[in-house]
Amino acid sequence: MQVVIIGNGIAGVTTALSLRKRRRDWGITLISGESDVFFSRTALMYVFMGQMRLKDTQPYEPHVWREKRIERVRGWVTHIDVGERRVRLDDGRAIAWDRLVVATGSTPNRFGWPGETLGGVQGLYTLQDLETLERAAADARRAVVVGGGLIGVELAEMLHGRRLPVTLLARESAYWNNALPAEEAALVTSVVRAAGIDLRLSTGLAFIEGDARGRAATAVDTTGARHDAQIVGLTAGVRPNLSAVVGSGLATGRGIRVDRTLHTGVDDVWACGDCAEIVEPGAPPDAPGRVEQLWYTGRMQGEVCAANVAGEQVAYDRGIWFNSARFFDLDWHTYGHVPAALDPPDAALRQAVWVDAPRRRLVRIVARDGAVVGVNSLGLRQRQAVWTRWIAEGRSARDVAARLDDAVFEPEFTGRLDPRAAAALKEQLA
Amino acid sequence: MTPTSIRATRPAAVRLGTVLALAGLVLLLAAALGRPFVSGASGLALTYLPLVAGALLLAVGPYLGRSGGLAHTGTLRDPFRSRGWPAWALAAALTGFYALVYWWPRHLDGLIRQLDPLALALARQPASEWFLYGFWYTLAVGVMGARMALRHRGNPYQQWRTASVVFFQLAFGFLIPQVLRAFQQPEFYFTYFWPLKKEYLFPSDLAGLVAGGGLGVFMAVWGVVAALVATPVLTWAYGKRWYCSWVCGCGGLAETAGDPFRHLSDKSRAAWRFERWSIHLTLVAVVGVTALVFGSHFAGGGWLGAASGTATRLYGFVVGAVLSGVVGVGFYPLLGSRVWCRYFCPQAAILGVIQRFFSRFRITTNGGQCISCGNCSTYCEMGIDVRAYAQRGENIVRASCVGCGLCAAVCPRGVLRLENGPVGDRFPARTTPGTLGP
Repeated sequence: MQVVIIGNGIAGVTTALSLRKRRRDWGITLISGESDVFFSRTALMYVFMGQMRLKDTQPYEPHVWREKRIERVRGWVTHIDVGERRVRLDDGRAIAWDRLVVATGSTPNRFGWPGETLGGVQGLYTLQDLETLERAAADARRAVVVGGGLIGVELAEMLHGRRLPVTLLARESAYWNNALPAEEAALVTSVVRAAGIDLRLSTGLAFIEGDARGRAATAVDTTGARHDAQIVGLTAGVRPNLSAVVGSGLATGRGIRVDRTLHTGVDDVWACGDCAEIVEPGAPPDAPGRVEQLWYTGRMQGEVCAANVAGEQVAYDRGIWFNSARFFDLDWHTYGHVPAALDPPDAALRQAVWVDAPRRRLVRIVARDGAVVGVNSLGLRQRQAVWTRWIAEGRSARDVAARLDDAVFEPEFTGRLDPRAAAALKEQLA
Repeated sequence: MTPTSIRATRPAAVRLGTVLALAGLVLLLAAALGRPFVSGASGLALTYLPLVAGALLLAVGPYLGRSGGLAHTGTLRDPFRSRGWPAWALAAALTGFYALVYWWPRHLDGLIRQLDPLALALARQPASEWFLYGFWYTLAVGVMGARMALRHRGNPYQQWRTASVVFFQLAFGFLIPQVLRAFQQPEFYFTYFWPLKKEYLFPSDLAGLVAGGGLGVFMAVWGVVAALVATPVLTWAYGKRWYCSWVCGCGGLAETAGDPFRHLSDKSRAAWRFERWSIHLTLVAVVGVTALVFGSHFAGGGWLGAASGTATRLYGFVVGAVLSGVVGVGFYPLLGSRVWCRYFCPQAAILGVIQRFFSRFRITTNGGQCISCGNCSTYCEMGIDVRAYAQRGENIVRASCVGCGLCAAVCPRGVLRLENGPVGDRFPARTTPGTLGP
């Protein structure tokens, strides 16, 4: 049995390694146009900041591929032939498969801004993006970053860490408030500004002017302000990378449409990770599915995908939602369901939030009919196992508010939480 | 708000520090050549006050007035911290210094004589090369400890731990042994035990201490109880870290002066395989030497006496001088700060075995939050591939882990936490979906 996996990101590599554990004698081939070895995309920012070497971003030593007998092929897949059961690479090679997994990841969004193809204008997603950013940074004086999400603040931190003054343009009225409730957005905004980033809210990019060499020189924002910028970072989200599946006959919407077993509907072809669009059973053929573009979901989908490729029938269930990030030195953890805004209002939902602005801490508890359903935490790391259990058990939110110390995952000697936090949260939940 | 200069506070402190340190260095050089500009206590003060003040400013300057971001930005672009020529130069200087201290101390005479006023005040005896060594060692731990504490503002574990190693080095690694000499007592180090100080369990040494009576008896009992009772109990309760990154002088130097080089440790599987052989062979060697010494003591001299004498001297040269000093510290800028602790320290070997099999200590992995970025592995001074465990959702239970906590501090997703708990809970069944499993 020959299994071919397109893409050696976290979803593809997890599929390969999980499949090897299940099937010792199958042939497994990983194809990548981006790099010879698996590296952690999430660590590219640390390479740019001089905190790690590229080598340090590789989660597995080279001997792993040899010992696990995972063959690696370098090249971009240009066509998938589901009838002949082979994929074609840009250099003309054809690789045959008995079972195929598409894990081609994402590609950065562009919105047709005038000047977006100038030199120095780029996103940060691939290894190649890192290389071009490295070259651009060598003689840049200032940078503008466009986009009010996680990658935007990361790119701002990266450039700032290389001593480049950064202006960050975000269309939202507070940082990332389409994902974060108002208090969280306000705290993140203050942290980003305190770090020295010139954050312009309710402001988008209008266009970019180039110099005579075709390189970015000035970014003009939607308020008409002009920013001297030799680097313009575009971080306005990503979308599934479908370049390899065009013309293959696989069903696509936003991503490659798959059922809950990550099967595409074409015999022996699965898709997982950022590129997959998961359609709920019984949904109409054109109903939009769910696209998940996180590291964790890529890994979880890769595991499920491997089980199904091996012949099991496993439905993907991401369990109780979790996510985390760091905004400069402000940690963010979230578990369960925390809506950014209650629109329309939901009478059964109650929220309580406690903010300690001087210490830059925030805890928000969300309850439905008195039972905890979600938590947001800034400046305080939280223990996933505890929150998952509380949410799964439907613990009383007021009870949870009194036991917050049981879930805190901060270093030893941190001390207990301010008792006023529990009191304030319980009062709001009453 | 407009983005302007970044870290504007840096140059002033660093400039002042450079001037002061250079002034101190000139005076130090003069003393080293046997021609101090000013002699006596005032010469000592005039040399070391600007030297230490300058070094402090240089060490903490980059972290003053800083807010936001991890403290490791630029580490691998700095030739000093990434095996560039300044690192090689420092390694040569450190190695040379160790060689002088161990084998050619007369070349250090000018520097030693300069410390006489301090040695006379503390120990009522003139300084020796070991006094010079202890003094410099303690200064390095103190100055670089200040840097470490400032770097980790907001992390109480790092701050307490740093305060602890500075305190133990200053009090138990330097002042108390010297003051003991002033009172004609043995120069005893209460924070080193067998097998790191192998003679603290040697029968003749114990007999010598007991013969001194009073404090000597206490020292003898302390050495035996610390090695045979306190060490296993504390390691069971808190892991190896109670010693290696809170108390030990070697650990203290590694955690402070060695911090800029922690990421240079080798993370490969090959290095791990070497480590498991080398550290346990050293343990076997020290147990063998101790057994020979016991045998010769109780069976009386003869060939056993000659053998134990030779074995003790050989062990002292290879392990005591070459591996713990010249290689262990001299190679900091090339191989990282824990070469001795990781590959050779027999104390670490014993603590490691206890930690791996019987301890309540573990580094907990926070469910499925790991993004495999590798900051934890990169900054592990013991060369543990922390990420390999974290990305599978497994706790980290390794013999070599000294519990410095840097993996948890550098993790950008809050995945790791050092903690103690029931021994049996260290390897929980995997419950988090989406972690790769063993």
